Amino acid sequence: MTDSTQTSATATAPPLPSRWERFRDSYLLYSFKRDIIAQLSLLTFIALVAIAVLAPWLSPMNPYDLAQINILASELPPFWVDGSDPAYLLGTDAQGRDMLSTILYGARVSLIIGFGAVALQAIIGVSFGLLAGYLGGRVDAFLMRLADIQLSFSTLMVAIIVGALVKAIFGGAMFSTYAVPLLVVIIGLAEWPQYARTVRASVLAERGKEYVDAARVMGLRSKRIMFRHVLPNTLSPIFVISTVQIANAIISEAALSFLGLGMPETHPSLGSLIKAGFDYIQSGSWWITLIPGAVLVVLVLSINLLGDWLRDVMNPRLYKG
Amino acid sequence: MALLEVNQLDVRFALRKGEVRALRDINFTLERGERLGIVGESGAGKSVAAFALLNLIAKPGFIAGGEVNFEGQTLNTMSERRLRKVRGNRISMIFQDPMMTLNPVLSIGEQMVESLKAHRRISTKRARAIALDKLQQVQIPSPETRLDQYPHELSGGMRQRIIIAIALLLDPDIIIADEPTTALDVTIQAEIMALLLNLCEQHNVGLILITHDLGVVSQVTQRMLVMYAGRVIEQGPTREIINDPQHPYTQGLINALPQMATPGEQLNQIRGSMPSLSNLPGGCAFHPRCDFIKRADGQTRPACVEQVPGFVTSGNCQVACHMVAEMQEDRRLKEEGQ
Amino acid sequence: MSATATRIPVTETRGDQTDAADKAQDAETLLEIHDLEKRFSLSGDFLDQLRFKGGKLVRKQEHVHAINGVNLNINRSEALCVVGESGCGKSTVARTVMGLLSPSAGEIHYDGTRIDNLSSRQLLPFRKRMQMIFQNPYASLNPRMTIQQTLEEPLRLHHPDWNRQQVVEQVEQVMASVGIDPDWGKRFGHEFSGGQRQRIAIARALAVDPEFIVADEPISALDVSIQAQVLNLLMDARRERNLTYLFITHDLAVVEHFGTRVAVMYLGTVCEIADTATLFAKPRHPYTQALLSAIPRLEDDGPQHIRLEGEVPTPVNLPSGCVFHGRCPYANARCKQEVPVLQTQDDGVRVACHAVEEGRL
Repeated sequence: MTDSTQTSATATAPPLPSRWERFRDSYLLYSFKRDIIAQLSLLTFIALVAIAVLAPWLSPMNPYDLAQINILASELPPFWVDGSDPAYLLGTDAQGRDMLSTILYGARVSLIIGFGAVALQAIIGVSFGLLAGYLGGRVDAFLMRLADIQLSFSTLMVAIIVGALVKAIFGGAMFSTYAVPLLVVIIGLAEWPQYARTVRASVLAERGKEYVDAARVMGLRSKRIMFRHVLPNTLSPIFVISTVQIANAIISEAALSFLGLGMPETHPSLGSLIKAGFDYIQSGSWWITLIPGAVLVVLVLSINLLGDWLRDVMNPRLYKG
Repeated sequence: MALLEVNQLDVRFALRKGEVRALRDINFTLERGERLGIVGESGAGKSVAAFALLNLIAKPGFIAGGEVNFEGQTLNTMSERRLRKVRGNRISMIFQDPMMTLNPVLSIGEQMVESLKAHRRISTKRARAIALDKLQQVQIPSPETRLDQYPHELSGGMRQRIIIAIALLLDPDIIIADEPTTALDVTIQAEIMALLLNLCEQHNVGLILITHDLGVVSQVTQRMLVMYAGRVIEQGPTREIINDPQHPYTQGLINALPQMATPGEQLNQIRGSMPSLSNLPGGCAFHPRCDFIKRADGQTRPACVEQVPGFVTSGNCQVACHMVAEMQEDRRLKEEGQ
Repeated sequence: MSATATRIPVTETRGDQTDAADKAQDAETLLEIHDLEKRFSLSGDFLDQLRFKGGKLVRKQEHVHAINGVNLNINRSEALCVVGESGCGKSTVARTVMGLLSPSAGEIHYDGTRIDNLSSRQLLPFRKRMQMIFQNPYASLNPRMTIQQTLEEPLRLHHPDWNRQQVVEQVEQVMASVGIDPDWGKRFGHEFSGGQRQRIAIARALAVDPEFIVADEPISALDVSIQAQVLNLLMDARRERNLTYLFITHDLAVVEHFGTRVAVMYLGTVCEIADTATLFAKPRHPYTQALLSAIPRLEDDGPQHIRLEGEVPTPVNLPSGCVFHGRCPYANARCKQEVPVLQTQDDGVRVACHAVEEGRL
């Protein structure tokens, strides 16, 4: 019998695909090729990230460098409006900074905070979710109550508390200097429960599957089962939620900065640019606030659209059922 | 004319790697009150066939050709509105999972009354009375209380009984049952099957029973189709096929059953597994697993590898196999020679 | 719970039972299960259990009684089949034996050592000797691991002293023995059909060279033609490696073919244990009789099963007395009160039934 089964087994074996072939034949790529919205948003997102990363080389001036600022050239409109100066493509703000440069630098700051905060959220949330879901019982109850408590504080509350504490203890100057890491910590701490809940839910689903039982029967330690067996199988939802979380983090940062709890105007993010320009809308200098606003909307929208597409692709119930 | 006639039914799925032919050249008829079994392993296309009969194939699948004639009307070209008068009314379906039919937020009574009123102009009171009668027919204990219960309050066997009651609700001509007892325990399965058989006989309802279980088919049906990789490979009277299967696959399936071997000895297995529909071998789809592709002289029958077998008649059965055709041809030549 | 209280077996019949167990131990016992019980709480944590009842706060706990006092011995190199319908606790027995669940009461002894109370570290040497095959080949392989990784993992764990060469050789050898091509190592589970995956799962269980295999419905998720292949493979492995099986199934046709002994379970209790041939020739317990009659046969006799009244009761509120009395055509007043205990018949068959004991059946 072993003879016959072996021959049949070899006969039905398809050729082994390489990693590239796997990717080429994957559903991910297939659905991406057919989804014009996903393509456009990926393109937009990559473009925005690229110009943000390359801001120091792309932008006409350095907005952080006070020496380059010409206060006389303040509130100049963008190029398509009468009275513009061709040196300032998108006009200037109230302090005479070149809008294009501040937006490029601002997008950079926004993205750094967004990614940083999400990385922190992911580290806390994934480990808590994994522990809660796999160990269950009291650990689960404790961590999930912690998540509930965290969620009942809004991001704003966390920001006000941390911000107030830091300002009270170290002074306002200190806050401005370390604004970026502080915002990463604030947004990271405020929004990890999303990760923890998502990861816990999919860990619970995976833990019920027989391959986990098989690993236990084998005698593997819990740590190895969690990290080698369960975690890799929860990556899809982690991936999907990350896109949403990055968009959320960028918006949170913008909101905090708009309220004056985030990035200082001397080192602006997209949010603080909007705030800075907001006071000048009445006086007709709409571009100071609207252009960074538009950039923020486009950035967040492209991330969210990508996230929607990813969720559709990675949710097996949607495409297999 | 037969009650149901299926001619050259062809179902395809438009997948990203191209079109997959899920069903091809399906031909059969069902007379009034007849019980037909469709047997096959997973992936053979038997469930697709059931759905195709009522034009219920969901995208990306579609009926690419052939026709399903019910009382002279072609179901697969009919408008959705007219089709709805047939579906559930003249032809009803029973699924493996009762929850595919039952709505979890409506009570059993509400669901039964609703589907009665959808097809007939009767009062709620009258509809409830019919529903109660059907529940009694499926031998549910305390049927009155069941009417006001919700699906989750009932056990699996009870739910399947309710499904049968719902299938009978509008006195259909045909019931299509797709693996109706697979999810149930052996003792419950035996009872449900006996019940279904009784009711079909009593009401002269035709039954199309789709299953992988040869035992069930052999006890319930009069005629059967054996499917393999989207095709019918053998069809005919159930007893004839079970007692003397002609196609090597049917033979293999029956011989692989544990009751066909001496306890403790090797089972007669068919080697390999069914090919996926997107990657069918050429010629007879079964040839890579077939032990009979070689002639007595050790030569491979070229037809098996190159040519899709057509049907040949053997007794009252139709068999799609080159070997059977060749043996018949040999016999005929021998008889002519004498 | 009052139902649980009545379930404690009557003591005078106890002696008889132990005698029988002693006799069976002549053929070297590998695994012994004593009065095993397993309850699952339905009531959630402490706060969920609190209820208002008549103006008072009471704590209410509900349990699923999955297994209630199961006694089983498995002898070396036999294939004991545990058969029963869904919810009878057969899988719970398997999972408890393998330490995936901890018993609520009772003991499990493996080769003389009690194993149900060991820590996972103490259990490790036993893990190498006992392995498990699962029902669903689509879920029992980690989708993110290649076949090679899947098969190497148990070897690296249990043979930390082996070098890479030894591990690879052992993997190749076990792959060949279950009829899978060693070239498949770089592939992932989802690239294979159900039967091929089940072969891989069997290879994983055999990789550490166990002596005892618990197989929980290993073929019921497979197609008919593939079932025969996998069953043949399991029988070959038994012969070649002198394996002992605890084989859980609902399919009596498979039992008849595969098992040397059969234990029939109903609602968490064993109602009959016998040699396979004896059980199929002469089933004693009314439930066994009904079960055997319900197998759909190929013969032209139409369905001729024994009709059982009603359906299996929920294991939450167990019936008093014999758990089967509500559906048993032979039940009398005694059956409703007294729990029957397994008693050995002349031919070694053990049946838990008052009707059999009294000669009413």
